[in-house]
Amino acid sequence: MHVDVNEVLLPGVGLLYEFVNLEGDKVGVVARRSGDFELAVYGEGDPDQAQAVFRLTSEEADVLADILGAPRIAERFADLTKEVPGLSAGQVEVLAGTPYVGRPLGESRARTRTGASIVAIVRGEEVIPSPGPEKVLSAGDVLVVIGTHEGIAAVEQIVQG
Amino acid sequence: MHISVALLLELGIILTFLSLLGTLARRFALSPVPLYLLAGLALGEGGIAPVPAAGSFVETGAGIGVVLLLLVLGLDFTVPEFTVSLRRHLPSAWVDLVLNATPGAVAGWLLGLDAGGVLALAGVTYISSSGIIARLLGDLRRMSNRETPAVLSVLVLEDFAMAAYLPLLAVVAAGGTWQQALLGVLLALGAVVAALAMSYWWGHHLGRLLSHPDAEQLLLRVLGVTLVVAALAEAVHVSAAVGAFLVGLSLTGEAADRARKVLSPLRDLFAAVFFLAIGLSIPPDSLLPVLPAALLLAVVTAATKVASGWYAARREGAGGRGRLRAGTALIARGEFSIVIIGLMGTGHDRLGALVAAYVLLLAVAGPVITRFTGPRPSDARRSPRRSTPVP
Repeated sequence: MHVDVNEVLLPGVGLLYEFVNLEGDKVGVVARRSGDFELAVYGEGDPDQAQAVFRLTSEEADVLADILGAPRIAERFADLTKEVPGLSAGQVEVLAGTPYVGRPLGESRARTRTGASIVAIVRGEEVIPSPGPEKVLSAGDVLVVIGTHEGIAAVEQIVQG
Repeated sequence: MHISVALLLELGIILTFLSLLGTLARRFALSPVPLYLLAGLALGEGGIAPVPAAGSFVETGAGIGVVLLLLVLGLDFTVPEFTVSLRRHLPSAWVDLVLNATPGAVAGWLLGLDAGGVLALAGVTYISSSGIIARLLGDLRRMSNRETPAVLSVLVLEDFAMAAYLPLLAVVAAGGTWQQALLGVLLALGAVVAALAMSYWWGHHLGRLLSHPDAEQLLLRVLGVTLVVAALAEAVHVSAAVGAFLVGLSLTGEAADRARKVLSPLRDLFAAVFFLAIGLSIPPDSLLPVLPAALLLAVVTAATKVASGWYAARREGAGGRGRLRAGTALIARGEFSIVIIGLMGTGHDRLGALVAAYVLLLAVAGPVITRFTGPRPSDARRSPRRSTPVP
């Protein structure tokens, strides 16, 4: 089943993600810049007012994510890259109909050309860590890239043609 | 080196006293800003406990407090957030400006203030306290509500408007001509656009230049550059506050996050000193005569803020109750209304007293009123974790 997630910018605070579950409850997740999270369910009477809100620190959010089994790979790397100024983590999706679909990762020569490394491929539920140059890409793969902002942008340009 | 016992003692007692007041304010989920003001009023000349030795430190510290307040405000600012706010809420920003600056200007005119005074009072009633409100929304668990993006967007645009307003005020208050004022504003706006462009295209380079893995180095570099830019801005009559805001704007991403972390405690200290200094500069017995005017102005501008919040939340698609929550959330005025008075300097005693009384009223009443327009979270008080710092 496809879930439509609505992203709303909260200036100065972070991001709000909203979606409606199968049972029709509206769920909101606030990702604060500080790394904390807030989870909310909206009420019956006033659809704009969040009821039952609870907060999670980034560590607690990690635990919850582990329980739920979501591959929060990129966020983990984001924590890692905080230690090194100038280094960031990004996600690049391999879109259908782009040049490298069906071709091995090595052919993109991404690291040689950009200096940024592709450290994992997220394929549906599966995560392929440290993919070798022979790994064949398919449409819908999400590449987890570590490098400078410019490097990540360059990888995106190469992969998405 | 001579260490002044009186200075250390007075300062220590003042800070301890402020911390007690802050704890008290938090107990009732209020902002400490009005209490710091009251403390200043109590300590000043004609107050209950004058502090002669700490006076010069408080005065110096107050200037640094304004610079740090604006620097951290600039650090919080990101170009994407600003453009999104502008795209969605430009009409809300105009409604907010017209509805809330007008009562202040009219009041200033009725009170017979000069052009600088009228302009200052218009700014005081216009600018909501983003510090108080952002914290309040978190405490009241409203961050995920539908009206909240509207409230935050209005706050971002108000803060941005300060960049044009402060140099205008600085020139007009100094008795400059309208041409000089226009030049000051254009200069400031040009500098803001340059700073934004710089942060957008070269922010990482600037960040690399200023940031350092060592927190102490980072603190010294950012603070040093900020004070130099603030001094230069003041020298060309653009106001030190705007200079500091520009430095904050130019830093983005990782560098901004880390700078905010190391600067926030310093900002909290010096901002408290600044609010105290404003309180100190106002003779307590001048408050009573201006109280009726302040009360009337507070009632009128609370109503106009509710109207502008209502309008902004409607654009976000919120229902009636959400609109009311947005409107009442915006009522609180605080740190920037006081910054405006700080910039006016001496010679505006009546205005200073009026604004102090006005901020005292709305910084307390705003949060209380908005509490009653939404379901009250039973556990907001005992929540030990707060991510938005003072003020």
